[in-house]
Order: sequence, then C-alpha cells, then structure tokens
Amino acid sequence: MSINKEEINKIAHLARINVSQAEVGQVQKKLVGILTLIEKMQEVNTDAIEPMSHALDINQPLREDKVTEGDIRDKSLSLAPHSEQSLFIVPQVIE
Amino acid sequence: MLNFSLKELSQSLEKKKFTSVELTQFFLNRVKKHNASLNAFITVDESKSLAMAVKSDQLIQSGKKSILTGIPIAQKDIFCANGWKTTCGSKMLENFISPYDSTVVQKFNNAGVVNLGKTNMDEFAMGSSNETSYFGPVKNPWNLNCVPGGSSGGSAAAVAARLCPAATGTDTGGSIRQPASLCGFTGLKPTYGLVSRYGMIAFASSLDQAGPMAISAEDCALMLDVMTGHDEKDSTSLNRQKENYSNSLDNEIEGLKIGIPKEFFEDGLDSDVQKLIEKALKQYEKLGANIVDISLPNNHLAIPAYYVIAPAEASSNLSRYDGVRYGYRTKEYDDLMDMYFKTRQEGFGDEVKRRILIGTYVLSAGYFDAYYLKAQKIRRLISNDFKAAYEKCDVIMGPSAPSTAFKSGEKQEDPLAMYLQDVFTISTNLAGLPAMSIPAGFVNELPVGLQLIGNYFEESKILNVAHIYQKNTDWHLQIPKGTE
Repeated sequence: MSINKEEINKIAHLARINVSQAEVGQVQKKLVGILTLIEKMQEVNTDAIEPMSHALDINQPLREDKVTEGDIRDKSLSLAPHSEQSLFIVPQVIE
Repeated sequence: MLNFSLKELSQSLEKKKFTSVELTQFFLNRVKKHNASLNAFITVDESKSLAMAVKSDQLIQSGKKSILTGIPIAQKDIFCANGWKTTCGSKMLENFISPYDSTVVQKFNNAGVVNLGKTNMDEFAMGSSNETSYFGPVKNPWNLNCVPGGSSGGSAAAVAARLCPAATGTDTGGSIRQPASLCGFTGLKPTYGLVSRYGMIAFASSLDQAGPMAISAEDCALMLDVMTGHDEKDSTSLNRQKENYSNSLDNEIEGLKIGIPKEFFEDGLDSDVQKLIEKALKQYEKLGANIVDISLPNNHLAIPAYYVIAPAEASSNLSRYDGVRYGYRTKEYDDLMDMYFKTRQEGFGDEVKRRILIGTYVLSAGYFDAYYLKAQKIRRLISNDFKAAYEKCDVIMGPSAPSTAFKSGEKQEDPLAMYLQDVFTISTNLAGLPAMSIPAGFVNELPVGLQLIGNYFEESKILNVAHIYQKNTDWHLQIPKGTE
C-alpha cells in the first residue's frame, strides 16, 4: 500500500493540519506502515456481511427539541481564545 | 492502610476511625511524595479536594453516607470536571477549565466521593505507553525505566503505587486493561453503552467506554455500581434496569466453562507470560471450572479494522479543535485558514496528527467503501466469532497484553509495534463486550494480567469469577518496592 506526498498534502489540507515539506517524508513513511497494516482486511471476503456501526445494533433515540441547559453564554465565551461583545472573534472572512 | 479495600475504607469512615479529610490528606501526601518520579497526575488541587472531603465528612456526620462517601478517587483527565483543568493530555486543552461535569464525575460527586486529582494519559487517549502525553511520560511504579501502559497510564501508575485507592479510566482498544496488566491491578471495561460518555472527551465514539481501575474486583464492583445507569445526555447510553454488581461476587464457580481462544496463544505472546496465564487457568480448574477450547478466527483482523474505525471517528471528533471557541489558538496567523492549520499543527502531537490523517484518508472520496465499510463488516465478523464462542462457554480467558511492561522509548518511534500491544484487547471493543484484567503473577518483578471477557451485560459474572480468584491468590495485593 502506498500513499504519495501529493496525497498526503491533500489529506493534510482536508484535515486542516499543516504538514511542512520537511516533515512530509517522515509522515509518509509512518502512514504507509499503517496503511499496509490496514490492507490485511482485504484478505477476507465480506460480500454478504452487514456492516456493524453499533456494538449492540440499537437505533439512535430521539427526544423533543427543547432547551435543557440554562444560560451559559458568558461561561462559554470565557473559554474562547478571543471574544468580544459576546462574540467569538476570528480573522476577517468576508471582505 | 495502603491495601484497604473500598469497603474497609468505607467502614472505617463510618466508625470514625478517620475522617474523609484525614484520608484525603493521607493520599495527597502520597501523591506529593511519589508524583515527581511517576508523573501520574496532571492536576492536583489540594484545597479543592479537601473542600470536597469536608462536605463528605458532613454527610457522614449526619448519617447520609452511601458506600463510597468520603473516599478519594482519581479521575482520568479525559473526564470533564466543573472548575477543574481538563486537558486530555493535550497542549490543545492545556488551559481548558471545564465549565461542566461529565456524567461519570457527577455520579461520583453525588455519591460524596472526593476528587483526588486528574491523572495523566496518552494525548486524546491515543497510545499504549502513556508517552504521547503533552505533560510528559508516566513511569511504571514496578520499574521506573518501564512504561505503565496506556492510554490510562496515569490512573494505572496511581492505583499501582497506591497514590489513590481507585481511579477511573477509559478503554477504546485496551486502555484500561493493558495498563492494568502492566501495572498489576484490576481494571474493567464494561459493555459498550453501560457507562455514559457525556463529558468524556471523545476519541472513537463507537468504541469508547469508561470503567473502574482499582485493587480488586470487589472494589471495581462498588465503583461500577456508581458509574453505570442510563443517561439522556448520551444517545448511545443503554436504557436498562440498573444492576447491583456487588451482590453476586461470592457465587460458586463450580462447573464454570472457561473458553480459551487458541488465537490468543499463537505468535506474539511472550512465553513467560503464557506460562503464568496457563498457571492461572490451572488454578481455576482447581476451583471447579472446566476449560473449553474455542476459536476466534477473525481476531487477526481486529487491529487492521480498529485502525480504520478508530482514526475515522477520531478525525471527525477532533475537528472541533479549531482554535475558535475554546482551547489552544496559534499566536500569529494571516487569515482564518492559516489560523486553523497552525493551531492544529502546533496543538496536536505527532500520534494524534497521524491518526487524524489516516482517518481523513479512509473517509475521503473514493476510499470509504474499501476502508470504512470494509472495517465495519469485519467488525461484524469479529462480533459473530464471540457469539459462536459463547455457545460453548460462560467466560473467555487469555492474556491481557502480549508482554510485561516494556522499556520507555522502546516503541515510541514505531507505531506498528505499539499497536500490537492491544492485540488481545481490541476485539472486545469492536464487539462491545465487557472485559477485565486481573493480576496473575510476575515475570522478572513485572506484573502480568489475566484477561476475562464476558458476554454482553455479564459484568456481574466476570466480577464474580475474578473475585473468586482473588480470594485464593494475593497477586492483586502486591505493592511496588519503594512505594510502601
């Protein structure tokens, strides 16, 4: 199983993680190892097998859409790296 | 007092032999003395812990005591605790003070349990040696040159060195049982969905499960009594009648059928570890159990399937760490994209980044069927293997880990060697079954754990089977030299 540097740059972009050009070779080496391990899955035929997403095959329960938490605005904002006037501040995105 | 069971501590508190404040101070002093060499705790807050102990003493005075009231328990730093720094072992959450309690912490608080502090762990629970923590590696109290296992390595070292009477852990692929094996104490991963995941920082949501880490099966049962129960705040929490896990501990095990999967004794298992496991099985036969040969033919596919499913879910769960609403944000950036990229590059460690990249890859367009769907199908095969096995036996036993504790740094640069640490534990996470590790002896003064795997919701059964063994052995009562 191989993954080239271009593909690594693509998934790093999707994952929003900076992988510097100096690191990419090392990252590639480790990822190839893991993907080779994963590749063992292809040894077994699973055509007629139902995929399993939950250990006990239960369905997602639904509840009424109502507010259950009290006013935690200030507490939540106090955790932000940058907030002003009850807003989370990020770099300008719209010119 | 170091080997007091939770029941003995509870009785002593009730009889006023000591107060919760005295007991809490006793363990805080032990933490002070030994944490510099073990690095088991990320956060200790004496005044907070002692304030909780004062309240617990009031409950005891007024006769409103439940069994664990006044006993200090350490919390893995993956559990949000209101007002406590909750880091998950990551720079990303280095300064995160949780604004709320996880359900597990809340349940312990309601029971009057004292929070003794937050224990070290592999970053975001990704690791089997507690070396990926941003807050430095944890050391094994049996040999300071060795790892304690992971990811619940801080809780493991703390329980083994008796820095706390018990601790919480989480287990996604073996993170309670493998450190329990490497540090020589009792740990239990419950059936998936039995303990609420609310406020437990998510790694791989379809596999993560919290459980107790303590000296004995009896102690684990008492903790499980507090930890379990349906929780509306966790959509995967199971809605079923609450059990009492302490009631059946002393049941006879005469005629118990113990299934031994031949795949657990093939290549990769250390021969000295194997001998001790076989010795433990002999002891069970003497106690009236029967050994049955079984097979888990797809066990060799558990690690490959896990390293698709867990990273896929992690890549999705960890997308929340973007430097906007909480957690780390990079210092200098040009625009929003630049901020995301640098924040995540600087805030996550190498192993976490690797798993996010693998997860992103297997979920990306064109690869979903070949990887994620395939892994979910293999998960079904593994689950079916266990179903077939339980037609023939009551519990399954084998080693918890392939070897005793390995040297610090030995596998740090080799992810694949590290992943093999969980070769005997991962399949039960994929199937969602309950499983334990209990001490079964020593190889070169390092502990070895015996794994007990139960059928769904049979925590009571495996606790009972473990308890009978512990009534007839004293491996679980051994304390590392230098920490007595």
